[in-house]
Amino acid sequence: MITNVNVPPMITEKKLVELFHQMWLIRFFDEKVDEFFAKGLIHGTTHLCVGQEASASGAIAVLEERDKITSTHRGHGHCIAKGAETNRMMAELFGRVTGYCRGKGGSMHIADVEKGNLGANGIVGGGIPIAVGSALTSQMKKLGYVTLCFFGDGASNEGSFHEAINMAAIWNLPVVFICENNQYGMSGPVKEMVKVANIADRAAAYGIPGQVVDGNDIFAMMNVTHEAVERARRGEGPTLVEAKTYRWKGHSKSDAKKYRTREEEMDWRSNRDPIERMKRVLISEGMLSEQEAERLEAEAKKEIEDAVKFAEESPMPPIEILEEDVYA
Amino acid sequence: MSTQRELTYLEAVRECMSQEMRVNEDVFIMGEDIGLYGGAFGVTRGMIEEFGNERVRNTPISEAAIAGAAVGAAMTGMRPIVELQFSDFITIATDQIVNQAAKNRYMFGGKGKVPLVLRTPSGSGTGAAAQHSQSLEAWMAHIPGLKVIQPSTGYDAKGLLKAAIDDDNPVIFYEHKLLYRTKGYVPEEPYSLPIGKADIKRQGTDVTIVATAIMVHKALQAAVELEKEGISVEIIDPRTLVPLDIETIIESVKKTGRVVVVHEAVKRGGFGGEIASLIAESEAFDYLDAPIKRLGGKSVPIPYNPVLEKAAIPQERDIIQAVKETVFRR
Ligand SMILES: Cc1ncc(C[n+]2csc(CCOP(=O)(O)OP(=O)(O)O)c2C)c(N)n1
Repeated sequence: MITNVNVPPMITEKKLVELFHQMWLIRFFDEKVDEFFAKGLIHGTTHLCVGQEASASGAIAVLEERDKITSTHRGHGHCIAKGAETNRMMAELFGRVTGYCRGKGGSMHIADVEKGNLGANGIVGGGIPIAVGSALTSQMKKLGYVTLCFFGDGASNEGSFHEAINMAAIWNLPVVFICENNQYGMSGPVKEMVKVANIADRAAAYGIPGQVVDGNDIFAMMNVTHEAVERARRGEGPTLVEAKTYRWKGHSKSDAKKYRTREEEMDWRSNRDPIERMKRVLISEGMLSEQEAERLEAEAKKEIEDAVKFAEESPMPPIEILEEDVYA
Repeated sequence: MSTQRELTYLEAVRECMSQEMRVNEDVFIMGEDIGLYGGAFGVTRGMIEEFGNERVRNTPISEAAIAGAAVGAAMTGMRPIVELQFSDFITIATDQIVNQAAKNRYMFGGKGKVPLVLRTPSGSGTGAAAQHSQSLEAWMAHIPGLKVIQPSTGYDAKGLLKAAIDDDNPVIFYEHKLLYRTKGYVPEEPYSLPIGKADIKRQGTDVTIVATAIMVHKALQAAVELEKEGISVEIIDPRTLVPLDIETIIESVKKTGRVVVVHEAVKRGGFGGEIASLIAESEAFDYLDAPIKRLGGKSVPIPYNPVLEKAAIPQERDIIQAVKETVFRR
């Protein structure tokens, strides 16, 4: 039993330590990707979620295994948090046949349907109606699972967001909309693209609850998501959660980041690092020692290095698979 | 004559927009990340500095609203140029383009006009996979009321974009991503190229290749190889799909008697089928010494892995082979 920190009932001390390790996995995964991208070893494009580890890990931590998620173009963290293997993810980014999509999808299209991850998405806002459909299945077949739908602040300006939330609201569907507001949609500052103070304020227009949460605080993330998930499971319908966070890196490769200042970046990095914040709590509560924290960090680093090795040693897809899987 | 100034395709597009905006207050551009960021491919870089954020209008990520607002602005006296970040996102803007922009004037009995240009990068080759690599020009070409342009060089892009901006109809302007960095001669002064006039990119006598966008360049390379084997290739770039200059194609086929049509878009339902049918329906049919050959992308979404990605669309060697099959057919 955890006494001093406020966490949802299913979150054990062991789980907290796992989550700490998981956030490191997410960070090292994306930092490795960044490095390989710069070296030209990974091609295409990729969007890193460094700095946003707590919103992915915290929200997904309160789910049951049967619950589902939809993800975004910035989805490596969601994918890892929902139980994907980092070696198969890395292999996908290397375009190898051992990857989650046999090298056909790449960073933006990783799905792990068996684990309840209905897929990343290259279309901004594309996953939001899909999450609603997944929730509809749960309701119609009385399956009791909940769908967590991740999207960005930019996506909340797409028609798909408004249409899908309205539909979920009128039908009381078991879905939780999680807007990861990392302050920018590519180069567009949220302040210039959205007139309301909080994206969660828009919930009122659909007659559902809206919740703003510090997306860099994994404990707050767990509590707010837990409440929304419970509500959805009771058949009371969707909630719009807005997690305020920040992406440390540029939007994708070749982003000169002219739209923001170095000071702003440094402020988020040094004062609001989600991993550092969790570590401080775990240590002060006696759930973790400095040495253990370092060990977990090193373990995560090692796992990602192994994932790279696995990816590098994996074969390229044979040309024959080009025309496979277009139809079932 | 001034010295032959070279510009990239991307710079040619930008120069045209800037020149038009300088002389016509009604022209403005609108799209995602086109301000400080300069657009996803850098086409609008520097434009916000010159024209300000009123006329270089950075929008939220809202493709339907961007396209719809362009229709409304065009109907009421402006001449908007929309930059749609990737041509794949036309799917989201489709109602406004297909049901509104294209139909408007006709439905209203010939009243009003919709002078808008929708510029958008298309094509594969960047490893961006299935949702960012499509060539959907045949979709738009199917819709009466839209004009569809697909330039293969910076020179053509600059001249055709001016024509598109001056046109009182909605124009879809496809820019191939891999062409953005290609260089070539582009005059500095504004000029206009007629919409609906094909260009003969290479003269030849044995076989006609009709190619669009990046396939023009692959065909040109293939022609050099084929020349070494004594095969003389004529290459026609339609440049605009709607309206289509079929006469130039027919004349060429009458001269060579053989034709290969090649585009990057999926072959099935692709625009090549339209070109082949028009040739078959014309007097050029009697001059054909071999069946019309079509080359196009495989019927698969564009995969991520670079080897698979290449294999999904026609390459130089495929063009060479197709030409040989056509030429050596008795
Ligand atoms: C429909 C669509 N429009 C535009 C894009 C290009 N694009 C990719 S990500 C992105 C920014 C998305 O911003 P946001 O939803 O806030 O997510 P973030 O990148 O901040 O995580 C844009 C404009 C796209 N992929 N799909």
